[in-house]
Amino acid sequence: MAYNHKEVVANKPSRFTSGHRMCAGCGAPAVARMILRALKPEDHAVIAGATGCMEVSTFIYPYTSWTDSFIHTAFECAGATLSGVEAAYKSMKRQGKLPEDKDTKFIAFGGDGGTYDIGLQSLSGAMERGHDMVYVCYDNGAYMNTGIQRSSATPKFADTTTTPAGTVVPGKMQSRKDLAKIMVGHHLPYVGQTIALANYKDLYEKAEKAIYTEGPCFLNVLAPCPRGWGYNTEDLMQINKLAVDTCYWPLYEVIDGVYKITYKPAKKLPIEEFLRPQKRFRHMFKPGNEWMIEEFQNEVDSRWQELLDLEEMTNKAEN
Amino acid sequence: MGIRERLSGNEAAAIAMKQINPDVVAAFPITPSTEIPQYFSSFVSNGQVDTEFVAVESEHSAMSACIGAEAAGARAMTATSANGLSLMWEMIYIASSLRLPIVMSLVNRAVSGPLNIHNDHSDAMGVRDAGWIMLFSENNQEAYDNLLMAHRIAENKDVLLPLMVCQDGFITSHSIENIELLEDDKVKAFVGKYKPEHYLLNDKEPIAVGPLDVQSYLFEHKAQQAEAMKNAKKVILEVSKEFEELTGRKYEFFEKYKMEDSELVIVCMNSTAGTAKAAIDELRAQGIKAGLLKIRMFRPFPAEEVAESLKNAKAIAVLDKADSLNGAGGALFEDVVSGMYVSNIHVPTVNYVYGIGGRDTTVNEIKQVYTDLAKIAETGNIGDPYRYLGLRRK
Repeated sequence: MAYNHKEVVANKPSRFTSGHRMCAGCGAPAVARMILRALKPEDHAVIAGATGCMEVSTFIYPYTSWTDSFIHTAFECAGATLSGVEAAYKSMKRQGKLPEDKDTKFIAFGGDGGTYDIGLQSLSGAMERGHDMVYVCYDNGAYMNTGIQRSSATPKFADTTTTPAGTVVPGKMQSRKDLAKIMVGHHLPYVGQTIALANYKDLYEKAEKAIYTEGPCFLNVLAPCPRGWGYNTEDLMQINKLAVDTCYWPLYEVIDGVYKITYKPAKKLPIEEFLRPQKRFRHMFKPGNEWMIEEFQNEVDSRWQELLDLEEMTNKAEN
Repeated sequence: MGIRERLSGNEAAAIAMKQINPDVVAAFPITPSTEIPQYFSSFVSNGQVDTEFVAVESEHSAMSACIGAEAAGARAMTATSANGLSLMWEMIYIASSLRLPIVMSLVNRAVSGPLNIHNDHSDAMGVRDAGWIMLFSENNQEAYDNLLMAHRIAENKDVLLPLMVCQDGFITSHSIENIELLEDDKVKAFVGKYKPEHYLLNDKEPIAVGPLDVQSYLFEHKAQQAEAMKNAKKVILEVSKEFEELTGRKYEFFEKYKMEDSELVIVCMNSTAGTAKAAIDELRAQGIKAGLLKIRMFRPFPAEEVAESLKNAKAIAVLDKADSLNGAGGALFEDVVSGMYVSNIHVPTVNYVYGIGGRDTTVNEIKQVYTDLAKIAETGNIGDPYRYLGLRRK
């Protein structure tokens, strides 16, 4: 059935309530809300959260924004924690300790700090062991919760509090890790890279596939941060749009190893369009720093081309 | 009555786990506890348990998965040693703060560094303030019995705390000794079913576990943990009494060996108690009034009861199998002497740090401690209260 935004929003009440303390203009709450809307209304869910912005803003004792069951333990172990929950479900279901006619789904949310970096081992273990769960990384490209320190998801040249753009070192000097590819290397049944665009179609459909594909699935979702990126809060959706139209954040999915790019911009915009509205890249626009923009563009181009090649190659192998 | 067997400490622990039949076991191999998940995996592979075994990629994940499983509504167990417990450390505190009655088999080993795989108690001492109930075991029988009692204690509504059963790496874990096992059905009946009040998998009552807990609440939540730890004392006695009725094997906070009239007393934990008993028997034959107080329940610490039991002694040696590296003495020593001080009991007491990194402790060395105690009792001169036993000086 074709995606209809109005119907989804009308028929599927939010399972992530308002009143949380995420910042205005933050990309993450919209992502969480929409992913949970992809759950069938009759299904129960257990959500695990890694320590990070989302966890500390949505579950402050004695309040919670999560209408499903929720567990947070620590920063680096949402994957392992949810592994335990899912193992308990399997065991108890098998022993007849849980109702037979009720399905429970398992979804973890971690930021890029808790996923690309400190939680990578826990995530990798959970995926390799094949737990029936979806791990969602809301990637805002730095440790925003502790105050904008660089992560391995931070793009090259970005100004962060541990890679300040100075007179000698112009911001972060390393390129971004490609986490979705690392997850593809785990041979998962479903890996998706997505973002919240105007009608949420891409995000919703990938979430639905990830949740209802049996086995370990992974979603990488770009979730801009107005504090860390330095854009105006009302420009969130515009930033998201520019991220995909410049091919900085390609939208694609990998089903059993076969790549499918789900959005190919009719006109691929130059990377400056994405960089310019963000204060973290401001220094790149100073006279004499043109090389930085050029290098950034080259990286985006080569990664985009690599993706096109992978799509072609894996589909050819498939046919 | 019971099944007579010959088992190592690790086998005994694994068989206890098999009989308990937990819903989830998550574990990562580490010497000397490796055999426990190894034996248990074979029970899983051969369909002898209903357990979902999660072969995690680290001990941090082992404890994280146990927390997830227990919060989900399952009985979760694990086993580890030394650096494995160190890696779990962050999650150890989280497990107890979430009031999850997870049960762990801790096979005590020296924490690195330098790397050493042999027995001492530095791993357990590293988590002594983490809010876990800690039971120590002299031999395979006690390791087995403590595990059978563990869930009844931990899951009690007035307690709801995780619990670890300690035994000495290699000395106990790898030594094969006689043991009396309970029949499977008796264990099943004794341990009973786990019925958590609130759990993640209850779709009729979704819950949220592990909040951000700020200044206005954390203090009260910690005080509740402390209260639960105090409550555990009564529950441990009740469960132990019931266990005694079932098996004839008596357990209390601590065991008193030849303590009725003893003047010279050693306080220690785990397998060294066996060595001390052998030394005491020899000394008693010579008319020396030697005795032993073997701590079973280290957390909660029975400070008042220990002090009361020591009040008639003339000199006491507390043996610590972990050095606190604080320039003042080991953890057990400090607990014992502060307990006596608060109870206004003043007996000359010294501390021996011993057996570090698996250094053997002999009957003769224990006898030397009693000789030292006799001198202290006679002269009233303690000398240096912070001593070593079995340390080479050159």
